[in-house]
Amino acid sequence: MSAVTTTSFGTIWRSARRNWMALAGLSMLAAAVIVAVFAPLIAPYDPKADLKVSIDDIYAPPSAAHWLGTDDAGRDVLSNFIYGARVSLIVGFFASFISVFIGGTIGITAGYFGGRVENILMRITDIMLVIPDLPLAVVLVALTKPSLMNIILVIGLLGWTGTARLVRSQTLSVKERKFVLRAKAIGCGHFHILRRHIFPLVLPLLVANTVLVISLAILEESTLSFLGLADPTTLSWGQMLNFAFTRGGVSAGAWWALIMPGLGIVWVVLGCTLLGQGLEQVLNPRLEWHHLSVGPKMVARGAKEERP
Amino acid sequence: MKRLTYLLRRLQWALLSILFVITLNFFLFRVLPGDPARAGIRDPRLTAQAQQAIRERFGLDKPVINCFETLNPLKLGKCGVNPLETQFFIYVGNLLRGELGTSYHTNRPVSSMLGEALLNTVLLVGAAQVFSIVFGIILGLVAAWKSHTAVDFTALTASLVAWSLPTFWLGIVLLFAGSTWLGLPVVGKLTPGMAYPHWGAKAADLGRHLILPTLTFTIVVLGEYMLVMRSTVLDVLSEDYILTAKAKGLSTFQILKDHALRNALLPMVTIVALNLGFTVAGAIQIETVFSWPGLGLAIFDAVGRRDYPMLQGAFLLIAVSVITANLIADLLYSYLDPRIQAGQS
Amino acid sequence: MKPVTGQKTLLSVRHLSVGYESEGKLLPAVEDVHFDLREGEVLGLVGESGCGKTTLMLSLLRLLPVAGRITRGEVRFGGQDLLDLSETEMSQVRWRDIAMIFQGAMNALNPVLPVEQQISEAIRRHDASVSAAQATRRVEELLEMVGITANRKDQYPFQFSGGMRQRVMIAMALACRPQVLIADEPTTALDVMIQAQILELLLELRERLGLAVILVTHDLGVVAEICDTVLVMYGGMTAEYSDVDRVYNHAVHPYTQNLLKAFPDLSQPNARLISIPGYPPRLDALPSGCRFSPRCPAAFERCHQETPGLYTVEEGHTARCFLVEGKV
Repeated sequence: MSAVTTTSFGTIWRSARRNWMALAGLSMLAAAVIVAVFAPLIAPYDPKADLKVSIDDIYAPPSAAHWLGTDDAGRDVLSNFIYGARVSLIVGFFASFISVFIGGTIGITAGYFGGRVENILMRITDIMLVIPDLPLAVVLVALTKPSLMNIILVIGLLGWTGTARLVRSQTLSVKERKFVLRAKAIGCGHFHILRRHIFPLVLPLLVANTVLVISLAILEESTLSFLGLADPTTLSWGQMLNFAFTRGGVSAGAWWALIMPGLGIVWVVLGCTLLGQGLEQVLNPRLEWHHLSVGPKMVARGAKEERP
Repeated sequence: MKRLTYLLRRLQWALLSILFVITLNFFLFRVLPGDPARAGIRDPRLTAQAQQAIRERFGLDKPVINCFETLNPLKLGKCGVNPLETQFFIYVGNLLRGELGTSYHTNRPVSSMLGEALLNTVLLVGAAQVFSIVFGIILGLVAAWKSHTAVDFTALTASLVAWSLPTFWLGIVLLFAGSTWLGLPVVGKLTPGMAYPHWGAKAADLGRHLILPTLTFTIVVLGEYMLVMRSTVLDVLSEDYILTAKAKGLSTFQILKDHALRNALLPMVTIVALNLGFTVAGAIQIETVFSWPGLGLAIFDAVGRRDYPMLQGAFLLIAVSVITANLIADLLYSYLDPRIQAGQS
Repeated sequence: MKPVTGQKTLLSVRHLSVGYESEGKLLPAVEDVHFDLREGEVLGLVGESGCGKTTLMLSLLRLLPVAGRITRGEVRFGGQDLLDLSETEMSQVRWRDIAMIFQGAMNALNPVLPVEQQISEAIRRHDASVSAAQATRRVEELLEMVGITANRKDQYPFQFSGGMRQRVMIAMALACRPQVLIADEPTTALDVMIQAQILELLLELRERLGLAVILVTHDLGVVAEICDTVLVMYGGMTAEYSDVDRVYNHAVHPYTQNLLKAFPDLSQPNARLISIPGYPPRLDALPSGCRFSPRCPAAFERCHQETPGLYTVEEGHTARCFLVEGKV
């Protein structure tokens, strides 16, 4: 991991503005957040309202009344979809906060203190890394009560290993910098050095990483919900897909109930991925030209040279 | 000889990880509310004799571990319980004999059910991994070589989208499309009730059932492999030795094949190994969507039926498989990297 | 000690200009460079870093990075202009006719391939009739020739020390019996003893094989010791070009004179070393007039306004300086 040279968020923002990936990702996420926040204003129906259902309302195809048709319970898919954005974003945000907090603390502690502390912490990380996340999450959620809180906790507590490794390697490279060594030499306390000198240099990379962790958390939430491990009363995109898939949506040919929730997940996850990749490019810029790059003709006799 | 030391260290590490997983597996199911053995006794589906058999097999009348009940470190070793008679050791002993308990649902031994499931999962995952590794490597190599061109931009964007797809959703979409328009089978491993005149017909039926799950799996994993390969090859192609190779008059194809590919494979081995957890996650989702009778479906079904011995066994098997696969990747890495063969770092 | 160089001219460079494209502009890196290389000749190419030495060498083999453009000139080799060849034809000339040793052999060898494979792939690329066994035998000969025991052929680059690695590189460069060897600062990263050994090896091989060598260096002592002719470059242009005796004893360009003063002369151990003040120009901020004028102690009004031409001091001695124009 090469060292990050820019530390001020102003500089990062200026170069991020020129990065199409970061811009596209940010716009996609902003749109999702707006939909989630203003769900009651945008959604044509209230998903929780009492409903009298006739047989014709079940898996009804898109119509003027229901732009995206209805689901197995005769509810409006578009409204459910709009409210579903809330669950995905809430889980993504809180679960990744837990992961990044744990991973960041472990990584920075291991990287800064080194020695036995690092050895023990990284051994734990390595073991956590080989245990497959989803099966463990499935077991944990299956053995506890299915609730939004439990899903957030399980995803958050299992998803910190990547962050820990990244933060550790960044801390390792930062702590050899001159001003950190100088701060140590003049007797600054560990906490002071960590807070004032190391953390600010780790932060930009941590932010880029957080965005990617959010996307993983959202994917994992939708998977657990799809597998039927979520609280059935919280209507998330994964839950919508679970209902549509397990309750005859495929044989009913109800593509509207199967496509939209998935597109929502792809939209948010792709937004996070683009933003994360874009930020990483800004922080770790590299020339993508190499020795085999195909460019304009090398022999260009007659081209005019400029003398600046 | 240094290579041997390296391998022994990796082996030791794998054994330690397996031990940790066994312990975790034991306590998860004992401490969390749904204790499988205890729940089993209460399960109305079981006869009194069967309940007594479970009690004896798991040693449910014995302490969980030595002095676990007192939790007082000073009293450790003083409570007069033979450590070999605790539940934990009975559990480990059972494991060593391949004894994973009996499924509540089918009343068959968990180990034999898992054996079949593992085979099916390996078939599905294996096919998908081969395709995605091959195509991921080729696409990544070409994208990096053609960096800054439309080819690269397209491959990069497609990979990012593929990476963002929820596996189960892509499965549903392909299932929908495949069954509607292509008439492909979308449920299970073989067509139920079909008679096969010879093994070739059976293999063909199996192959047709494999198409959609494998395609789903390949697309989902391909994106990440392509991204990793692209970025590794970009680094490799900027190295001085590539310029040397070009100065030697080697053709672009030769350089890509003999120098870039070879050097980029090393990081790929690590990524494929690290990715196994992700692969398992994909298997659970794809097997659920396509009712493919593998470990993933076993887990899904076990959760729904509260079939705890099955869930416990499947989790253990998956974790051990991933650890073993990591070990194999380490072996492969040491074979590919001359620096390890010769005993350098 | 110096063998008489042959009369036949192998490589002849005329008006060569190379630039780098940057944000839509073409920044000149090498401008209007001439030189000839005869059979068995060792040409020293000297100048401060950033003066275009490596760019010049890479453009001879057409190995410039993507942004590089050859904008003018000819590179004549064996009766043809290398700049007219197709990419495929050019790849056949590389290594078979002109081979190159790069700066710092550390990264110039592929770390995960045994050295034999890296040498034999060049041999078999340029002569498809060579069998695998013949190629192996040739690799063994080559390694012995540069002083490495043949049984080390299966080893990997990291198993060789820096000096040994450079020897492997030389063996590799000679694999196809090239007529011209370009050595771009072949001894930069090595310690003094090893440097001497490598240069001695190069000289010995030159004598045995009749190679013509272009030695890129900033070490004037090395140039004095082993080169026949010297091309001094400054800011992408020829400052002075002549045989080694005339450059050392009768340098006419102020830059060459200063460069010589900045270099310790063993025959006059008490003479003061004088370094040239200032820095070489950057490509994107070239001075007007003579490129050396801002640092030149002898510069006058005209030097800051016009670029001097390449003037002939006498047969076989050229320099780009108005002082010379005056003398002629």
